[in-house]
Order: sequence, then structure tokens, then C-alpha cells
Amino acid sequence: MNMSMICRILGIVLEVEAAFMTPALGIALFRGEWGAVAGFSASMAALLLCGLLLRQRKLKRQEYYAREGFVTVGLSWLLLSAFGALPFYISGAVPSYIDCFFETVSGFTTTGASALAAVETLPKSLLYWRSFTNWLGGMGVLVFVLAINPFADDSGDTLHLLRAESPGVKVGKLVPRMRRSTAILYAIYLGLTALMFVLLLFDMPAFDALTVAFATAGTGGFSIWNAGMSVYSRYSQTVMTIFMLLFSVNFTVYYLLLLRRFRSAARNEELWTFLGVFAVSSLLIAGNIRSMYSGFGEALHHASFTVSSVVSTTGFAISDFDLWPWFSKTLLVALMFMGACAGSTGGGVKVIRLLMAVKIARRGVNRAIHPQEVRMIHLDGEAVDEETVSSVSAFLLVYLMLFIGSVLLLALEGLDFTTTFSSVAACLNNIGPALGRAGPALNYRCFSGLGKLLLCLDMLFGRLELYPMLMLFVPSAWKK
Amino acid sequence: MKIVIVGGGKVGFAIAREVSTEGHDITIIDNDRAVVENLSLALDGMTILGNGSTLDVQRSASVGESDLLIAATPNDEINILCCILARKLGCPNSIARIRRWEYKEELHLLREELGLSLVVTPDASAAREIFRLLQFPGFLKRESFVKSRAEIVALDLKEDSILQGKKLMDLPRVLRQKVLVCAVRRGEEAIIPDGSFQLEAGDEIFVTAPAAELSRLMENLGLRKKRARNVMIVGGGQKGAGLARLLSDAGVRVKLLEKEAERCQELAEQLPNVLVLCADGTRQDVLRSENISQMDAVVALTDVDEENVFICMYANMVGVPQAIPKVNRTEYGAVCQNCGIRYMISPKDICAQEVIRYVRAMQSTDAESILSVYSLMDGRVEALEFEVTADVPHLGEKLAAVRLKPNILLACITREGRVIFPGGNDYLQKGDIVVVVTAHDRVIVELRDIFAD
Repeated sequence: MNMSMICRILGIVLEVEAAFMTPALGIALFRGEWGAVAGFSASMAALLLCGLLLRQRKLKRQEYYAREGFVTVGLSWLLLSAFGALPFYISGAVPSYIDCFFETVSGFTTTGASALAAVETLPKSLLYWRSFTNWLGGMGVLVFVLAINPFADDSGDTLHLLRAESPGVKVGKLVPRMRRSTAILYAIYLGLTALMFVLLLFDMPAFDALTVAFATAGTGGFSIWNAGMSVYSRYSQTVMTIFMLLFSVNFTVYYLLLLRRFRSAARNEELWTFLGVFAVSSLLIAGNIRSMYSGFGEALHHASFTVSSVVSTTGFAISDFDLWPWFSKTLLVALMFMGACAGSTGGGVKVIRLLMAVKIARRGVNRAIHPQEVRMIHLDGEAVDEETVSSVSAFLLVYLMLFIGSVLLLALEGLDFTTTFSSVAACLNNIGPALGRAGPALNYRCFSGLGKLLLCLDMLFGRLELYPMLMLFVPSAWKK
Repeated sequence: MKIVIVGGGKVGFAIAREVSTEGHDITIIDNDRAVVENLSLALDGMTILGNGSTLDVQRSASVGESDLLIAATPNDEINILCCILARKLGCPNSIARIRRWEYKEELHLLREELGLSLVVTPDASAAREIFRLLQFPGFLKRESFVKSRAEIVALDLKEDSILQGKKLMDLPRVLRQKVLVCAVRRGEEAIIPDGSFQLEAGDEIFVTAPAAELSRLMENLGLRKKRARNVMIVGGGQKGAGLARLLSDAGVRVKLLEKEAERCQELAEQLPNVLVLCADGTRQDVLRSENISQMDAVVALTDVDEENVFICMYANMVGVPQAIPKVNRTEYGAVCQNCGIRYMISPKDICAQEVIRYVRAMQSTDAESILSVYSLMDGRVEALEFEVTADVPHLGEKLAAVRLKPNILLACITREGRVIFPGGNDYLQKGDIVVVVTAHDRVIVELRDIFAD
């Protein structure tokens, strides 16, 4: 394990986080929120100091492999969250550090689950920082560091970091140079966010538009109102429905569209599956809840917003779907596991993995009928190599085991099954609101400190797609 | 520039690493999944899985929008096909790696028709390089400049050398001839020295001298001057055969060891003046019975690095003055140096150097100004050859009044066929050909880049 290299990257990440806090500090100063000013300036000082200390270590070796990549990503997300929670704590706005940590992890992992009793009472600058963590976590912080910092410029080392942080089965580059590739991704991200901000400006104050745009772009789901997104107009909600879907599409598709390579962009099974699932689920739920609303149109609006919010793993709510019929609720929990497309800002298992799982299952059944059959799994018209197939199967198995383990542990809290089961599902898949006592109208207040920490771990496991976090707990990764 | 490389093997990878370090965008095509996966982690570039000589794959690599295609697969015919296809797709430049000696003639004829900008023949280049080294045993490396009028040679400074402890400005007096030390390797450090630099035993020094005075330089240095008269070559592949031909044409007695009977037949047909032996040259009893200890030089060119190194270590042990192994895995070069092997030949690196020279020339805005690039000390120092054009600053000014950037040295000026070692009173003039030596961390593309202001 090349600790000196890992420390250096961690140091840079912390310093970048300090830089990201500057706008929040500016808002605090501008609005005279002195508690928040103290919180942000103290946190920034701590970040800069720790970053500087971490970067002091002399580089002994340059080597950097997949193992180091995973560990770096796992550690940096833990550190980012631990330090990102400081402004909430130091400003005194949230008295318990565990709650601050929960809030920040939930922000960076783009979960959007909250344990705060009254969101509206927070100072504006803290609300801004809370939503901004959603935006940062969406694309990934290390990806950003890669885009601006050439610490291992002309080698493939950085690909290990990108692969460890970015969701998806096969993470590749758009253009030959890693730095340009990440810069293009961030540019697309920034562009879409700006577009949404402008569209929302027609209908709400700038501060609301900005925080909503941040939360949607990262598919995070933090709201600055206790009542969630129901405070906004029909127009804004529709804009959100569309943009939540847009942000859960693989960003490569947008790059291909920009290059006018429409045919390659359209040749994407995952995309069509995702849109198909969205359409069918919205219609099914709309039919199921029609009697609760004034008409089918109204029901479809609520259904499509909620389905879009769940499949994109954003977790916005305009209606208390905990009151919906059981079929709708169960379908929503099932959709939580599917999640968004790989290479987007959304979480979950990812459509592409489920798509492959279905094909793997079909092949398994076919093998029982024709034991001698040789068949490759095809995706987008191309054969997928067996290594990828087995890595997808392994991923799904680990995911399942982690899920069952978390539900078992969380059951020690003594809450009802619906709440326990759906909370783990909502956190591991980075959605946000669950059902029962952690439903959209209530929140994660019902859990004890330990329960919240467990859910924090689940969120991190889910956002980083298991391995970077898992690696921190595997002793052999740390051995020489 | 956008560069597409077909074939990610040893040569392809060496080229890719070099051009990527120079800041070009690279895309590599290979049809082996494992190779592609490794490359994607080892290099900052795009990798594409597939057969690079098909239209489909070349399209997906955007060959049409690229500036250069380099075909470096092991198969000559595929390489040529790749280049023709790239030309059709609109790629303006293409380089093909050609291994077979037999194609040499027709490639000269067909270069225009096939649209090849450059043909690299790693085996032939390696053979030529070894041949040049054998001409002056004692020099570790030779690079020639300005149409072979000037050379840079590398040599070890031994304990008993007359140069030991001397300052560079005293060298002309000590050696009674004009030379210039342009770079020194001391331990792991690469130094571009100035006049007050003091030489020490153990240094590897790079000396610039007119080609015609090389043998006098050897004499003055007290180095063995005798050329190799008896050379043993182990391994009768393309390189071995090529080297044997060059040597026998120069009147050297060559023993060529090859273990395959069929290949020996071919060699015997092609090389009438060479003693072809059908024997396993990796066996010690064979080497002994062929009198290895009486040879002036042994060159080991089998396909296995380890065997080559072993043969040369053995040759060194029995007192052969010059033993040169072919080593492909140059990352273990330091190990060989520790075992006393000072010369090594790596065809893939030679090939990569040739390509880099071409790429640099393509890139330079004034295509005529940069003539060639040579890398010394594993690429940590470079020697570049420029033609002085009218728009170069400080023309006609005395060099004593002109300041250069640090770590840059003007090694020699060639004017009307005469080699000048520049002193404070010399000056640059249009039409001169100059050689500049620089540490590799600053990339010099044009001659004007060397001046401090």
C-alpha cells in the first residue's frame, strides 16, 4: 500500500473541500449569520491545516494500483463527510455531531435523507452548503480533483481513481486524455445544472432555484422546506420530473449528442430499458392511486414525479406516498433497487446490472435445456466478456448480503418491519425518504445514534458501489 | 496531435509511452483483450479492442480525424494494410513497422503509392546500431549528427583514465584535440556541465567530436583502438542475419550460431562469407568449443532476454572485451548494469526513438528547422539538431553576449562542412546546422526556444 501517495491525494481533496466552502462562507458573511461564519471559517481552517499536514509526507514511490485507488476513494469520502459536518456542529445549528454527520453523508452520497426536525430554521448559508454537498457528491469529488490537478499526469494511474469513484460496470474515457475527459463530464454537468436553474428562476426565488437545481443535478434530494417539493408550483414540479430523469442518464449519451453521433447515442439498451420502466411504472401507479386524486391527469402527475424521483434516486416528494395503496408502495421499493443508469449521478444497483442479471438468468435457464450451448451475453449489440459477467454477478451477491445484514442489524432498533426494510433500501440505494416512520412526511429522527451511523455506512457503500468501502474493512488490503 | 497506434505489443507500447509523454492524444488499437486492459491502465489514452486493419475499427478510433497512424503489429502485411486504409480515411501521415528484410527494396519503390510517410525497421535499425558500436569498442553509445559529420559518443571514466579529476575547460589541452563534453551521468543524476565542471572516476560522459577524429580521440584517451575482427553472433533471426551481413561486408570474420537446421540453410544461402553453425548458442560447451574467449565481441540476439544476458555475462567472464545482449525488457536494465553489462540493445526503444524523431519534426511549425532528435541516458537528456533559419534571433552576435536558458548547451555548429565547437567568439549564421543538448524536462521544439530572452 502506497500510503504516502494516498495521503497526498487526501490532502489535496481536503484543500479542495475548503475551497468549496468559500461560497457558503460568503453567504454567511453577507447575511450576517455569525454562528455560521464561525462554523465555516473554523472548518475551512481545519481542512487547510489537515490538508497541508497530509501533503507534508514525502513521496517515496509513484506506484499506484487498483487497491490504492479503492482505499483512497473510500477514505476521502469518509474524511469529506467528517469535515463537511463541522460547519453544522460548530455553528450550533445542529447540536448532535452524529446528526451533522448523517446530514453530510446523506448530502455527499446524494441520498437526501434528513434527520433534522425543522429544516427551515437552519441559517441560509448552512442550507446552501447542505444542498451544495448534493451537487458535489453527484459527479464525485475525486473526479473533480482529477480534472483540475495533474498529480499523476501521464500515466493510467488516475484511471484507478476514476473507476473506484464512478458508478458503472465498465468505466471508460470519452477522449484519450483523462483530464480532458473528466473536464468534459463536469462541463456537461454544469451546463445541465445551469439550464435547470434558469428554468426554475421563472417560478421561484433565486435561492430556492439554486438549491433545487443542486439537489436535482446530484440526484440528491435535499429540500430547504419541511414540506419538501410540494411548496412549489405544478410548472416547477414538472421541470424537476424531467431533469431528474435527465440526470439519471449516462452522461456519455450527452457527449455523443453534442458530437452529433445520434446513432451511437441511440444504441443504448440501458437507456431504453430505463425509460421503459419509468413509463410503465408511472402508468401502473397512476391507475392504482387514481381514486385518491381529482382525476387521472392529477394522479399521473403525482405518480410520474414520484417514480422519476425514485428511479433517479433523488428522493424528492410532492405527496406523502406512504399513504398510497400497498401495490404502489411495493413497486416504489422495488424501483429503489433498480436505480439509475451507469455513468449518471444517480445511485442504486444501476439498470445495466439488472439488465445483465436478467440475461444471465435467461442463459442459466437455457443451459438447463441445452447443456452444450455456448452463448455470450450481448449488450448494445456487442458481446460482453465473461469477466464482466462474473463481476456483475459478484456485485449483486455482495449487494444482497450487505442489504440483509444491514436490515438485521437495524432491526435491533426495534422499529416495525416496513420502516426497517425500506430505510435500508432507501439509504443503500441513495434515495432518501423511505416508508413508515421514515416516510416522506416524517424522517430519520426515529433512529438512535448507532442506527444513524449504520445507515451512514449504507449510504457510503451504496454511492461508491461497495468495493471502495469494503476495501477499508478487508485486512488483506492493508497488509504489505 | 491526435495519434492512432495499431498494435499494443512491445514496440507499440514503447512508442505510445514516448508520444504520450510528449503531450499527444493517443488511441491504441489491439485485438487482445488482456493487452487492451493493461494498456488502459498503463497509459493515459484511449484503447480500442479489435482488428486495426478493418474499416469499422479504424472508424471508431476516428482515424480520419487523426494526424498520424502508426502501424506496429508484428505482421508486416497487416501494417501496410492499416496504412493504406488510414490514407483512404483521410489521415495525412502514416508510419509502418516492417520486419522482413526482403521488403526493404520494394518499400522504397512503393512508399509513394502506399502513402507511407515513414517505414521503421526495428531489426535493421538494431543491426545497424550494433554494427556502429562494434566499430569503436570502448564507446558505449554512438549517435551521429549533421549527415554523420559529428558524433556524440558515450564512455565510462575509469580510475586510470587521463581525464580523471580534470576540469572540462582543460580537456582540449589534455587531449590535444578539440572535444566537448555535453552531458555527464553521475550516479542517478544527469548533468549538463559547464567549463568548471570536474570529472570523476565512475562518470559516464557524452563527448561531441567530429566523426573524422573519432579514432584519434580513442588513441588520445588511451582506449583500445583495434576494431573487432572476430565476432560471434548467437541467434540467427532477422537481426542476427542483418548484423552478420553488415559485418561480413566490412570484412569482419563472423560466427553465427543458430539452432534450427532449416533456418541455418537459409542463412548459409544468403550469407556466403559467414560461418553459420547449427548449434544451440545458449549452451556453454557449444560456446567454449567455438572459442568464445578468443572473440573480440559477442552479440546475443536470441528471443529470450535472460539467455542473452547470461551469454554476455559468460562472455565477460572469459574476457571478451565487448559483449552486447538484446534486451527487450529494459526496465531490468539496471540489473544488467549491476552484473557488469554496459552495452545493451533494445530494438523497440530504437524504433520508438525513430518514431519520436518523425513526430517532433511533424509538430515543429517550421518543418525544416528541426532535423533530428536523439535521446541519451534513457531519455533524460536529448540532443537536437536544427538548421538555422533567417528568423532565429541573435544571428551574427557573439555567443559570449547571448544568454541561453539553464541546462542547455550548444554542442556544435557545422558551417560549410566544417565542425566548430562554439566558443565565446563564435556566432550563428543562416544555413548553419547546430546541435543542442538539453535536459529532457524542457521540451525544445524550435531553435529560438533555447535563448533566455
